[in-house]
Amino acid sequence: MKNKVTIIKEYTKGIWQSNPVFKQILGMCPTLAVTVSAINGIAMALATTFVLVFSSFIISSVRKLIPTQVRIASYIVVIATFVTIVDLVMKAQFPELSKSLGPYIPLIVVNCIILGRQEAFSSKNTPLRSVVDALGMGSGFLIALFMLGSIRELLGSRTILGFQLLPDFYEPWLVMILPAGAFLTLGLMLAFFNNLSLHKKKSDNDKLIAKYLKTKTAADFVIEENK
Amino acid sequence: MSTITANPVYKLELTSSPHVHSRWSTKQAMWMVVLALLPALISSVIFFGFYQLLVVSVSVASAVVTESLIKYIRKREITITDGSGIITGMLLGLILPPNFNLFFTALGSIVAIGIGKEIFGGLGYNIFNPALVGRAFLQAAFPVQMTTWIKPNMAVDSVSTATPLSAFKFDSIFADISNMFIGNIGGSLGETSAISILIGGIFLIVIGVVNWRIPVSMFLGVIIFGGLFWLLNADQYPSPVFHMLAGGFLFGAFFMATDWVTSPLTAKGMWIFGFGISLVVVMIRLFGGLPEGVMYAILFMNAFVPLINRYTRPRIFGEAK
Repeated sequence: MKNKVTIIKEYTKGIWQSNPVFKQILGMCPTLAVTVSAINGIAMALATTFVLVFSSFIISSVRKLIPTQVRIASYIVVIATFVTIVDLVMKAQFPELSKSLGPYIPLIVVNCIILGRQEAFSSKNTPLRSVVDALGMGSGFLIALFMLGSIRELLGSRTILGFQLLPDFYEPWLVMILPAGAFLTLGLMLAFFNNLSLHKKKSDNDKLIAKYLKTKTAADFVIEENK
Repeated sequence: MSTITANPVYKLELTSSPHVHSRWSTKQAMWMVVLALLPALISSVIFFGFYQLLVVSVSVASAVVTESLIKYIRKREITITDGSGIITGMLLGLILPPNFNLFFTALGSIVAIGIGKEIFGGLGYNIFNPALVGRAFLQAAFPVQMTTWIKPNMAVDSVSTATPLSAFKFDSIFADISNMFIGNIGGSLGETSAISILIGGIFLIVIGVVNWRIPVSMFLGVIIFGGLFWLLNADQYPSPVFHMLAGGFLFGAFFMATDWVTSPLTAKGMWIFGFGISLVVVMIRLFGGLPEGVMYAILFMNAFVPLINRYTRPRIFGEAK
């Protein structure tokens, strides 16, 4: 079997190692536009995850039937079906939320996370793995959007998920609920997470070097003994 | 594992030509700018009261503290004494409205140094003028507080007032030019008094810290673009003199646009830069939604500086066209 990666790893990689927002920088349009509040972020991420999971399942099931030349168009047809379902369900069940997310729900069709996962993963893997991968990516997207939405909502309107956390004398920073605030917050978050992984890489490297030096001196010792 | 050890005694720095020699070290020049800002600071105290001294001090203090803190976290040499943090703090303080909230001032100063400067790698690497980044952030974060002006001490009636620019924009009232010249008008701390800015600015040009081309091209630009509309319809559009004295134009021309780091390197580039700022200022003031546009104009042209440098690069001797 070519797949050496475990199912669990397939899930967790979407959360950290190749998080769609923080590592792959995909889906920037919904990330920046809808994260005015935490609840918007959650709704957007859940809708995207739903579309991602089902279209991954369908596409990986029929991956051998789709001719390579028309694969993108075929993916879009499948994705658009599920986006329409989400759009109609949200309009019927959560009209308020649907209104505040506006055109960004139909725009999930062209979300690069979804098309990217189909192209990079579902078209080459089994349905089970594709669904797990889609769930992982969806969770990563949810975490990113919730974090971004919470920070912006907290600083821009004193609340998180509608609960007031900052006292009344705190003057809300209007900039945080404007587009500029989204760019600033996302940029600083990216810098922070890149810094974290840079440190991790460095400490991993140091460990590797230490291990190498240890084995090297041991080998030298053996050579010395044999002389 | 071999380590390269540098010779600790001799430190030879090799850079490619051309080598430009300046009369002033960065440190000296920065302190000269601080000196040149003193008249504007004094005029703000005269016109708006001693509280303004507190605003500027808070701004300077938080700029210096932020800079040292970031340098400390990044394990870099702490460079407070080069005065650049102090200047950013002072400039930011002087472009805030009078009686501004001290907490907001500190926040603006932190954003100016943190996001405006240190994120790019510190002094010399920033793309945008840090003080203006701080002010743009405050303008977007607290639009009401940032446009609450008070009457200067020498005027008599009510407490709150409009700046000459917003009076022109929203009520089509032209302010008295002589009041604008000495600074007896509503406006940001250091921006109102033309005479005190001119003293500081001309001092900087004479001692060679600031290149004369940028302010001069900005004045010429405003005379051309502002004058054009004034000649078309003098009742509707203000005169170039009004443009020059109103808002932050003079302050921007002498202290903001001339920032060494964020202005073009070549003489030709400086002319383009100055004219560009004037054009954007006139456009925003006459046709934009905001009464004042110097801040956005300078930030906008800052973004073009790498491009301007690239296209005005002098030809190498012997290079074919």
